[in-house]
Amino acid sequence: MNTKVTIAGVELKNPVMTASGTFGSGTEYSEFVDLNKLGAVVTKGVANVPWPGNNTPRIAETYGGMINAIGLQNPGIDVFVERDIPFLKQYDTKIVVNVCGKSVKDYVEVVERLSEESVDLLEINISCPNVKEGGIAFGQDPKAVEQITKEVKKYAKQPVIMKLSPNVTDITVMAKAAQEAGADALSLINTLTGMKIDIHKRTFAVANKTGGLSGPAIKPVAVRMVYQVAQAVNLPIIGMGGIMTGEDAVEFLLAGATAVAVGTANFQNPYATVEIAKGIEAYMEKYGVKDVKQLIGAVK
Amino acid sequence: MAKVKQTVVINSQKKLLEDVFCMWLHCPEIVKEAHGGQFLSLYSADGAKLLPRPISICEIDRENGNLCLVYRVVGAGTREFSTYQAKDLITVMGPLGNGFPQISPEKKVLLIGGGIGIPPMLQMAKELNCEKTAVLGYRDQLFLNHEFEPYGKVYVATEDGSAGTRGNVLDAVRENGLLADVILACGPTPMLRAVKEYGMKQKIETFLSMEEKMACGIGACLACVCQSEEVDAHSHVHNKRICKDGPVFRAEEVTL
Repeated sequence: MNTKVTIAGVELKNPVMTASGTFGSGTEYSEFVDLNKLGAVVTKGVANVPWPGNNTPRIAETYGGMINAIGLQNPGIDVFVERDIPFLKQYDTKIVVNVCGKSVKDYVEVVERLSEESVDLLEINISCPNVKEGGIAFGQDPKAVEQITKEVKKYAKQPVIMKLSPNVTDITVMAKAAQEAGADALSLINTLTGMKIDIHKRTFAVANKTGGLSGPAIKPVAVRMVYQVAQAVNLPIIGMGGIMTGEDAVEFLLAGATAVAVGTANFQNPYATVEIAKGIEAYMEKYGVKDVKQLIGAVK
Repeated sequence: MAKVKQTVVINSQKKLLEDVFCMWLHCPEIVKEAHGGQFLSLYSADGAKLLPRPISICEIDRENGNLCLVYRVVGAGTREFSTYQAKDLITVMGPLGNGFPQISPEKKVLLIGGGIGIPPMLQMAKELNCEKTAVLGYRDQLFLNHEFEPYGKVYVATEDGSAGTRGNVLDAVRENGLLADVILACGPTPMLRAVKEYGMKQKIETFLSMEEKMACGIGACLACVCQSEEVDAHSHVHNKRICKDGPVFRAEEVTL
């Protein structure tokens, strides 16, 4: 049975990656799962300088999901390069660094710093709904998507994945803009902007008022968008949004994703990533699928 | 193995107040590693409730591998836990967090608990091998106060004055002229703020156990941060992670 897939020339041992922001740089979860068993670890977003993030409360549970507004707290690229990359290098898994910024210059600075590092792929976060400047501002306008993709591609030594926002009228417009500007792959979807109100206190459940909705509640939206984008562009897609089981992951592959990322599921089950990789194998066994690539976009 | 996630058997469930419950679990692996001030993550059996609920450890029975959680029903998750009976199963992860420090035997300790911050102080009353005085603050109805009695003096404060000192825990401390070398405290933020101020003014070494909404419970997601005086080790800003760097902090470490 072959579970290997390739994203922009980088071969993953299986299609399971972690979703940025839910897994840190893997240190905490390595106490529960063997990182060697993952296709790739996608790090939490890293900026050129440390970011303190938003006020608390930063999360709230919702039915079948959760809202988060962490605000991209991160230690900045210096600490990241010194501490987190060496940690991840100990493992036989691919390293994908998620890059965030408030301006094109910020993104480029991080991308340049990573050029000499042993990082396999870059994921450019233009879709975080929880920071005022940067983040999503780049992801909701096709011209901005094109501009930042072009700039990043100029400086990047690794293949570039653009992470798209679902908070747009037509995600295929953004996907095409990224493709035309030279993106090597796409990640989708980031979280859907949501809100929860505490009716007892009559306050917003998260301090930021709005936050990103994730978890199984958003899975049908994510599957639909992966399918639409797969029809619209010729780039490999990393599909994500509420994947809890191997069956969920297979749904994304069938919709057209080459790989999948597991996020919120880690909070409910720290073993989720490895269990999902096993679940994909179980599905392949059950249906006599010899190569996982046969599943990609195979929905009829 | 430091922390584990596992499904364990409930030994008993008892209602202490209308909304406060006491649940004993049989979890020898967790008990082996656990100490006062740490917490467990409790998982709902309902897949629509994704996030674990952090509940502090109230008592540890090392001999029998049992552990007690006393919690308040505040929402659908804790309501579900309160319906569990003896022999039911529950999935938990722990022990999590740093817990309270050990205190040298010659020191006098004040254990200050407010509301649902009282339970973790009981394990400290059991665990510490020094002179201990408990100061317990309630809105009105008392719970767990008798359980502290074998370990030292117990003072009570109630907001409505129905028992002990009328007012809060610090009113009880002042009214009874309680002195100490060390304060350990857990309770609502306004109480912690007041205890911090009191401890610093009196030059008493003070440790506070903090609370915040959590997601992962292990330090990865950065949801449950608190403002810290010094730069934190994780993000090099001023945000310590309550679940991982805490929940117990030196009073001077945190901005309340």
